[in-house]
Amino acid sequence: MSAGPSPQSPWQAAKITRIEKRTPRVTSFWFQPSRPFTHLAGQHVDIRLTAPDGYQARRSYSIASAPEAGAGIEVAIERLDDGEVSPFFHDVAAVGDEIELRGPLGGHFIWEESDGGPILLVGGGSGVVPLMAMVRHRTLRNKAVPVALVFSARVWDEVIFRDELIDLDDRRDGFDLVLTLTREPARRPSDYSRRVDPRMMVQAIERLPKAPRLAYVCGSNAFVSAAAEALIGAGVPARIIRTERYGV
Amino acid sequence: MVTRGFFSGRRPPSDTDTRIPPGQYLEQGFPVLSAGPTPRLRPEDWSFTLKQGPKPLKKWNWAEFNALPQSKMTRDIHCVTAWTKFNTPWQGVMIDDILADAGIEPPTAYTLALSFDGYSTNVPTRDLVSGKAMVALLYEGKPIAPDHGGPARLLVPHLYFWKSAKWVNGLQFTERDEPGFWELRGYHMYGDPWREQRYSSDP
Repeated sequence: MSAGPSPQSPWQAAKITRIEKRTPRVTSFWFQPSRPFTHLAGQHVDIRLTAPDGYQARRSYSIASAPEAGAGIEVAIERLDDGEVSPFFHDVAAVGDEIELRGPLGGHFIWEESDGGPILLVGGGSGVVPLMAMVRHRTLRNKAVPVALVFSARVWDEVIFRDELIDLDDRRDGFDLVLTLTREPARRPSDYSRRVDPRMMVQAIERLPKAPRLAYVCGSNAFVSAAAEALIGAGVPARIIRTERYGV
Repeated sequence: MVTRGFFSGRRPPSDTDTRIPPGQYLEQGFPVLSAGPTPRLRPEDWSFTLKQGPKPLKKWNWAEFNALPQSKMTRDIHCVTAWTKFNTPWQGVMIDDILADAGIEPPTAYTLALSFDGYSTNVPTRDLVSGKAMVALLYEGKPIAPDHGGPARLLVPHLYFWKSAKWVNGLQFTERDEPGFWELRGYHMYGDPWREQRYSSDP
């Protein structure tokens, strides 16, 4: 059915070069595309798997790595027990395997240095992945842009990129991490232990030197709806809020 | 390219696979996707305007629009994020009946659908008429939920579902095929699921 990658095909082979478990349910995979590309922070790739009988499954995954990271792209994949692509990655995929990939894709949920700041990022669970690319891009590219990241996870052990985010927070160079755990007490004095709400957003905005120029919200539909309502409740204009929903 | 170790997958039942376009999978739920916050629109704040370029041709308020003849369409829908949902039941006003109420023939070959939140998407006029599309007011017999585009959304079920603009508030006839929100951001100008026209680089 599929002729596989050809000069005309937007699909290309990409080799898995590294695998690292991030949390009990989330694992990062690094892909080296056969035709390397430069992405924008917040963009995604489509990944396609092909069974021997020609059956194909494709899914979109956000890129976690910064555009300037080089050495392939990092994609953090959450295991969905009833999924058909994520169980393959968690149970079968190994370093050296090749999958097919298309991208980079997406032209709205992106942040570039020229978009300016301050920026307010709000992520729920694996919704932090495209926001991580923005945080890393800002750190490598222009630390003068103030960024606050509100990251909601169920428990401390499900905080994806936790060590890296806390390290960046500790630098006190204009990046602020606000963690909120919905099923455990807060671990750090400045963190929360409840679902996102307008008061939390007001306090996150107070950590920025001035009102955000753009706000990015990513996660499940329920999370994005609640977080966008909380932002609007905190006085953030709807027109500066960009959302990305996982569709579930 | 066969992927090592990938066998399982969710193959569609063989009696339905002719209804699933290439690269799509069958979804039982109704996922929500949108570029920004969900607008909360009260019916009394809602209106629908037909325009030719910047010039309004006719405008309806909620009550006037609901008084137009209503039709039902039950269709399979296909989202560019790869899910397909069978037999979605809608009720609303066919674009043909909107044009008839305005007393006009389509003045141009291209149309931009416009939404309250600033969203837009382009659809050739011929894909909106002759019973192909409606402004939907009900889903499964009930008012459309806000996150699915309520109180009213465009329904163009034969194209990828981003063309079925949520929170629609008008149709603007244009001289040229002008890209809308996603079409300016890398998505296909036409979006036929059966030709897998997802992104601008697709033929």
